[in-house]
Order: sequence, then structure tokens, then C-alpha cells
Amino acid sequence: MSRVFANPTNLFLLTALAMLAAFPWFGESFYVGLVVRIMILGILAMSLDLLIGYTGLVSFGHAAFFGLAGYLLAIVTPETGPVSIWYALPVCLGGAALAALVIGWFSVRTSGIYFIMITLAFAQMLYYFFNENMELGGSDGIFIFYKPSVAIGDFQILDLGDHTTFYYFVLVSLILVYALLRVILNAPFGQVLRGIKINEARTQALGFSTFRYKLASFVIAGTIGGYAGFLEATHNGIMSPDFLGWHKSGSIMMIVILGGIGTLWGAVVGAFAMVFLQDWFQELTTHWLLLMGGFVIFVVLFLPRGIAGLVESFSAFLTRAVSRASDKDAP
Amino acid sequence: MTSILQIKDLSKNFGGLAAVDAVTLNFEEGRVHAIIGPNGAGKTTLINLLSGDHKPSAGRILFKGKDITTKPPEAISQLGIGRSYQKTNIFPSLSCLQNCWLAAQSRLRSSMRFFRPAEAYDDVRSRAELALEMCGLTGRRDTIASEMSYGEQRQLEIGMMLATEPEVLLLDEPLAGMGTEEATQVISLLRTLAQSHTLILIEHDMDAVFAVAEMLTVMVNGQVLETGTPDQIRASKAVREAYLGEDMEEMTP
Ligand SMILES: Nc1ncnc2c1ncn2[C@@H]1O[C@H](COP(=O)(O)OP(=O)(O)O)[C@@H](O)[C@H]1O
Ligand SMILES: [Mg+2]
Repeated sequence: MSRVFANPTNLFLLTALAMLAAFPWFGESFYVGLVVRIMILGILAMSLDLLIGYTGLVSFGHAAFFGLAGYLLAIVTPETGPVSIWYALPVCLGGAALAALVIGWFSVRTSGIYFIMITLAFAQMLYYFFNENMELGGSDGIFIFYKPSVAIGDFQILDLGDHTTFYYFVLVSLILVYALLRVILNAPFGQVLRGIKINEARTQALGFSTFRYKLASFVIAGTIGGYAGFLEATHNGIMSPDFLGWHKSGSIMMIVILGGIGTLWGAVVGAFAMVFLQDWFQELTTHWLLLMGGFVIFVVLFLPRGIAGLVESFSAFLTRAVSRASDKDAP
Repeated sequence: MTSILQIKDLSKNFGGLAAVDAVTLNFEEGRVHAIIGPNGAGKTTLINLLSGDHKPSAGRILFKGKDITTKPPEAISQLGIGRSYQKTNIFPSLSCLQNCWLAAQSRLRSSMRFFRPAEAYDDVRSRAELALEMCGLTGRRDTIASEMSYGEQRQLEIGMMLATEPEVLLLDEPLAGMGTEEATQVISLLRTLAQSHTLILIEHDMDAVFAVAEMLTVMVNGQVLETGTPDQIRASKAVREAYLGEDMEEMTP
């Protein structure tokens, strides 16, 4: 028994994953669609956590990559039929990566408040570009009439238009992105990021060109953010400037804080918490943003490691309780 | 003897203050060269210039004859010049092994490695463990750095420097804050290192300085007052008057 409880956090995560995997079987289609959106938000928030929680870069313009990739999908999708994912996905990811490379090139050499302001300024520039661009629908946004096709020749592999298929496509994406980030963070690259986050000057004195590592982290995060944007645009069928405004950037940051900075899976839990709290507060009052703000302040003050920290504390408590109980059972 | 590091008319101004003022010095390969002087003399600033942490206001730094004056700290570290800090500068939330691990990892050709787990790099592990052993912290391998005594953190500071396998060691008051036992250990480590490295050592503990140094430079007010062998420094009238004073009386047999 104690083996199973060896790490209750893992148990929690596996249960949550099993529930997510089973959900389309019993969930109403409205909620299945909602969970898809939340999982996409989770991917986006995990990519921001790579910056905030693991590199020490507090980006306030992360929605830029999300929105840019979404617009790129809108641009490459013809009005007459679907675009091939083999073409659309590299364009969306490449565009986001390139934008992250340029924005990162200027921003990661700064730190603190300057970094926050520069990332915000770049994101706002993109926002106004799409907002003023009438070819792309201006502030109304632009429709994406067909979801990308996933086919080899004439053989269709997946139909992303099918709700259940798309749900699993996003769920698998979520798992793969999490696994990819974990692998990167465990590799030598991740060790350097950790050094930068704790003490950048010392990391540099040890012989690491910290600029390059921060830039690489920024590009990886931007590309994953772009992947989330690709998924969102596919899911939504419409892209508008709101997807890259500072409201959006701020809300992703709130998700990371709610879930627990520097925990990765916390970002996904934070996305669920954010959407459900928002829903709940909206039912209570029209001034729901006040409640939301109050809640975030509460978390920052009393749960510095967010919901993930709470789960981990509870898990440590369980482990101790179980080991104490088994001590008693022992002869 | 060939010089490994040369500085020529090196200056560093902070506002109107000349912390280092037209200093010219040669550091010879394989020697232990100590820099002494009162607080505020500019010793730490000189080390900061050599390590690239600060940019000089004027003057040049040559390493093996090549100009490294404007190189950033990471490039200087990669050339084989390692340093330890007077004010402890470690990764407080990491264990001793993790601190040395990152230092050792810096000698991989690149750390832009994204897939193989860091733990699988056996050469990094053995370098980190060797550094821990040399600085006397093998028993503290998995202890979080911030939970150790100040003296032990100072040892870790040296261990991290060693894990980067430098040729030239810049040591800024390595003994400061250590107990007698720790200090004795570190002095014997410095002697061992002196057999195969060039050491530039700043130290207030005169016993330690005279025990290991082969060359001595006395700095006062950002300037070099005198450079010579320990015997020459002991005999120098200028040094006696300006700085060593009573301390010297004790040292002189
Ligand atoms: N970063 C800095 N900014 C301004 N003044 C500094 C700085 N670093 C050192 N100083 C000043 O330069 C002088 C030399 O300091 P330092 O090199 O630390 O001396 P030492 O190590 O010999 O005690 C001191 O007067 C100190 O206040
Ligand atoms: Mg000093």
C-alpha cells in the first residue's frame, strides 16, 4: 500500500489524466469543448512557466506568439477548402519561433521591469498591427472556414473537425508538451536555466553565455505558445486581436501564478481553476473581475507555490501519515 | 619565468573615485602571487577587472600575450581563468553537488543539449565530485548550500571554481569567515593547487599569505605601492610605513 502512496502527487496527476482521457465518454459536448479550450490554455501557460518559473524571465507579452500563430493559420487557410497541416503547422510554429527570436533578441538582455515593459511593448505592436489591418478583419477578426487536414495523399489520418478526435489530439499534445519540457529541463540545458534563475551573474562567471540560453528558452516558449495558438485557432474557427492583447498575456500570467510558478503541471491545473473560478464569479456578480483579482492576491499572499504547492504539501502530509501508520503496524 | 597574465596601466573609476589607478603588474606562470593592502585599496576591483566582471576605464589586460581587456566574464572563464568571490556567490537553494555540477558542466563544449538527462554525463559528475572532494565538502554532497555554515559556503565557493578546471585561480579572500580548522584545510589545498596552477590570492591573514605566496604586491589607494618577494616586502620601508606596521613586527623573525 505504502508504495502506491509513495508519491500521492503522482497519484493525483494520474487520476486527473485518467479523468481527462475518459471525459468525452460522459461529458456534455459543451463541456467537452470547454475542456479543450482549457487544455489549450494549459499548454500556453506551461510554455510561459518555462520562462517565469524556470528561467526567471517574467514575460508580459506571451500572448503575442499565441495570437500570431493563430493569425498565420487564418492567413494560410484558403476560403475554398482546408489547408494541409504539414504546411500550416510549420508556418505557424516557424512564424512564432521567428517572432520570439526577434523579440527575445532585444528583450532578454534586459531584466526586471525593463524586460516586462519590452515584452509588453512588442506584444502591443503586434496587437495594433492586427487591429488596424482591414485585410485581416481589423478588430472584428478573421474566420478560419476549414480546419487543417491531416492526410497523406488522399488518405485522411485524422478529422480535426470531429469533436472527439480533436479533444484527444489536444490531450495528446498537452501530454507531449509536458513531457518535452520535462526532458529539456532535466537535460544540461535545463540545469543552465536553473542557474540563471537563481543567480545569473554567477552562472555567467562559471563560463555560460547566459544571453544565448535565455534566448533559446524564449524561443522554445514562444514556439510552444504558437502551437497553442494553432490549436486555439483550429478549435475556434476565428482569430481576433483579443488573442494577443495584454489582457490575454495578463490572464496567462495569472494562470501560472494560480497554478504555482515553476511546477509545470501547476500551469494546467491553474488553467482549470481560472476558467471555473471565472465562470463561478461571473454567476455571482457582474463585478467578477474584482473577485478574481482578490482571489489572485489571496493566492500570492498565502499560497506562494499556488495550487500545485498545496497539492504537494497535502501529498507530503499523506506520505508522513501513511509511514507513521505503517510504523505502528510493524511488529 | 614567463608571464601568464599582464596588466598595463589598468584603471577603474567609480564616479570620481579611482578604485584601481594605473596599475601595471606581471603574474608569472605557476607562481602564487598575493595582493595585500588595507580595506578599500582596490584589490577586489582588480580581480573584477581580471575576471571580466567589470570593464576597465583604461589600460589593457593580456592573457598569454593575447588582449582580453574587453572580454565578458564567460569568455574569460572559458579561457581558463577561474575566480572565487569575497562576498559568497553561490546558488543558495541548490545542494553542494548541484552547485559544483553546474560549474563542471560549463566545460562541456556546449550546454545546448536538450534531450539526454544531465545525470547521464559521467564526466561532469566526476569533475563535480572531484571538486567537492578537493574543497572538503564530500560529506555535504546533498546538503542545500544555504543551510550550511558560512565557512562551508566559502569552501563551496572554492569548489565551484575548481570544478571549472581553471589554469589561473583568482581567489578573493578565500579564508575570510572560516574557522581555524577549515582555514588550515584550505591553506593546504592552496599549497597543493600551487604546484600545478597560477594563483592570484587576495588575503588578509598574513600568516597564510607568507606561508604560500612567492610574490607579493601591496596596494594602497588603488595604486601599487610595492611588488617583490616576501623577503623584499618585509624589508620595504615604504610598506612598513604605509601599511604593514605592527602586523609586520610580528612577522619579522
Ligand atoms: N561597484 C562599485 N561601485 C562604486 N564604488 C565601488 C564599487 N566597488 C568598489 N568600490 C569602491 O572602490 C574602492 C575599492 O574597493 P575594493 O576593490 O572592494 O577594495 P578592497 O577589496 O581592496 O577592500 C572602495 O572605495 C569601494 O568603495
Ligand atoms: Mg575586497
